Amino acid sequence: MSKRWVSLRRLRQLGMLGMNCRNVDFINRYNDRKLFPLVDNKLKTKLLAQEYDVPTPSLRCVVREQHEISHIERQLADMDSFALKPAKGSGGKGIVVVIGRKGDDFVRSSGALLSLADIRRHMSNILAGLYSLGGASDVAIVEDLVAFDDCFSGYSYEGVPDIRIIVFQGYPVMAMLRLATHASDGKANLHQGAVGVGLSLDDGRCLNAVQFSKSVKTHPDTERSLSDIQVPGWRDILVLAAQCCDMTGLGYIGTDLVLDKALGPQLLELNARPGLSIQVANGRGLLPRLRHIEGLTGRRRLSPEQRVDYCMRHFVAVGGQSQPGIL
Amino acid sequence: MNQKRTFFTVLVLMALIGILTAVLRHTISGTPFFPGQSTSVWLVEARVDFEATGGPVTASLSLPGLKTPGFALYEEQAASPGYGFSILEENDNRRAEWTKREATGEQSLYYSAHLVESDQDNSSDVGKPAGENRNVAWEAAQELAAKEVLDRARETSSSPQSLTRELIKLLNSPASNQNTALLRSDNVDQAELVMNLLGREGIATRSVMGLYLEDARRRQTLTPMIEIHTGREWLLVNPQTGEVGIPANLLLWHRGGVSVLDVSGGGKSQVAFSMIKQTVPAAQLAKAQNSGSIFSRLGVHGLPIEEQSMFKFLLLLPLGAAVVVFMRVMIGLKTSGTFMPILIALAFLQTSLVPGLISFISVVAMGLALRSYLSRLNLLLVARIATLIVLVIFIISALSIIGYHLGYSTGMTITFFPMIIIAWTIERMSILWEEEGSQEVLIQGGGSLVVAVLAYLIMQTQLLNHLTFNFPELNLVLLALILAMGQYTGYKLTELRRFRAMDEL
Repeated sequence: MSKRWVSLRRLRQLGMLGMNCRNVDFINRYNDRKLFPLVDNKLKTKLLAQEYDVPTPSLRCVVREQHEISHIERQLADMDSFALKPAKGSGGKGIVVVIGRKGDDFVRSSGALLSLADIRRHMSNILAGLYSLGGASDVAIVEDLVAFDDCFSGYSYEGVPDIRIIVFQGYPVMAMLRLATHASDGKANLHQGAVGVGLSLDDGRCLNAVQFSKSVKTHPDTERSLSDIQVPGWRDILVLAAQCCDMTGLGYIGTDLVLDKALGPQLLELNARPGLSIQVANGRGLLPRLRHIEGLTGRRRLSPEQRVDYCMRHFVAVGGQSQPGIL
Repeated sequence: MNQKRTFFTVLVLMALIGILTAVLRHTISGTPFFPGQSTSVWLVEARVDFEATGGPVTASLSLPGLKTPGFALYEEQAASPGYGFSILEENDNRRAEWTKREATGEQSLYYSAHLVESDQDNSSDVGKPAGENRNVAWEAAQELAAKEVLDRARETSSSPQSLTRELIKLLNSPASNQNTALLRSDNVDQAELVMNLLGREGIATRSVMGLYLEDARRRQTLTPMIEIHTGREWLLVNPQTGEVGIPANLLLWHRGGVSVLDVSGGGKSQVAFSMIKQTVPAAQLAKAQNSGSIFSRLGVHGLPIEEQSMFKFLLLLPLGAAVVVFMRVMIGLKTSGTFMPILIALAFLQTSLVPGLISFISVVAMGLALRSYLSRLNLLLVARIATLIVLVIFIISALSIIGYHLGYSTGMTITFFPMIIIAWTIERMSILWEEEGSQEVLIQGGGSLVVAVLAYLIMQTQLLNHLTFNFPELNLVLLALILAMGQYTGYKLTELRRFRAMDEL
């Protein structure tokens, strides 16, 4: 039986992080405003990642000016599949994933066809700032499409499954796998209807899964059981996430990673204001873990690998149940 | 932790300063905390006319005291082109003095005073100051007549005031006997006669000139009255009727033996009064009464009326902002655009709620319909929004004109909506519609409207309206409240629903 409301006491007991608390106690305190552009602008993130040797899908071209759009077909000519994104887009807005060609048209991940004119109009919208915060003018970036790993086949519908890891002070504190669904239109955003699968930090196992804030056991489109999920190469993924903190200097970030068939974990984008739904997917609150890290001494001396090992040891969840004493 | 404590101390201090200033303003300037209290104000104008003879002119008019029984003076002006004007005060008397080196022909001088009805004690001053104990030399026949009259009055009285009353009754009695007729023949003015008679009895008297205040009267003159001393206090007596005490509408303009009007350098001088009664909100009164005080300088009232009405709106904005902060931080309602709801609420203030809601929703709905066509045109964003602005203006004009022809003048008020904001709202909502579906549009649009209506309801509350305008310092309290909410790290109300899945675990 699903209730309509949860009691305040229960939220406190679970250590759920609320939006106000996140903004005041974590984002405002640990994220320096002047560093925000590094993550709000995907182009900057990408260039920064290349500098730090953090693997990320390679950049194919950047469209900065309106006039470049008129001969964009030359740039796109040798690309069968690509992702077109606004550099300053938020919440997955404005991302077009092209997986192939059909004559002169482009095939979207959803199977819909886009003409070259559609692509041009979309780019022009991106440049005008339609998808950027506050309508600031933007640039469009075209990058390689990730050939996502087969381990998730049957788990994601029309989209790339990505792994969201919250990294606090360089320590990965919570992780979830986001699976696109038909309802989410191939996007991996939970509020749009993607399935969120909470992942255990020690081995990348499924803890719990939700869609639209309700528990689910199977993927709604493919009917595959979600509890079987175990992400391969888990430690490498966590290390990659932990590196992102050193790279940006931001204390509280959400890292979005994907698993490429050939290249392994890739950094897709960073978020300086990561959402709160990851807690629902994990069935536990972030606060105890965040406070625990805040209380650590000498936490800055450790390397990303050491920090990951620390988290893998300490933030162990037992079966998706939250128990007292376990962070 | 320590930092937090300082922060909250500052907040509490801020709120306290705001409240204390408001209380001080209330006690010192009398600005009421509640709207709608009004007081009667009399505007009395004295007009002095005389014919100047060509030389230097000095005209001196006796003025009412700052505090006379039943009335308090709070503003006075003199209008008299070319004349030097000053108000002289000696002892209890105040006199207006107009001076000019050279004047010829008809001259008119004006003095006007604003008087408030006050409920100060209605008795004249206690003690026995400058009165006169008249000792007139009577002619033998009159002496006899006066004695007779006084004897008769004394028989039926027990105190100075009853003696006075009886005396006046005798003088007034239609069956007047020889004695009263004899006395009258010489002293035309009854007030003088009564004073002379009382003087013979050893009772101190003073002459007083009073002005009966009646709404919208012109060319009134002063009425002679007398004051008698009972041994303990002065009492006002109407020499015509014998009534004791000061009538509620009588303004004591002049007291004592000096003449009311003195004009040197002119002739045919006379003074006439006109008056009008106004009902002024107590707030406005307090403003005028304290035009020199620090509070009036810190208040908005010192500004020209036009600016004031603008400030009336500006000072309401903090209320709206507080509502938005509350609804977003504590409740967690989604709105499209952070402060757009306040702007809509401000527009509602001009249009009133229901017509405002109807016109807002219809404009946005029509805009969305047109916008869906625009999205097919493949326009640049800025051009698209500019197009939307033009379209919104078309829609608004069309609605106004149709409304006007159908006989709804409310259609016109639609123009109060901030058009650019509406255009942006339409654009945002249309994008939202395309990306997240109609449900999200309804959630955010509905949220905006709920917040706007709430902000409107709060901003149009008479009491809050009155408080923010008359006590701008109360906005400090509001500011403290907003800052405190800015530090709130607890859950939002909507999060209790958002995290409802947590209960099943």
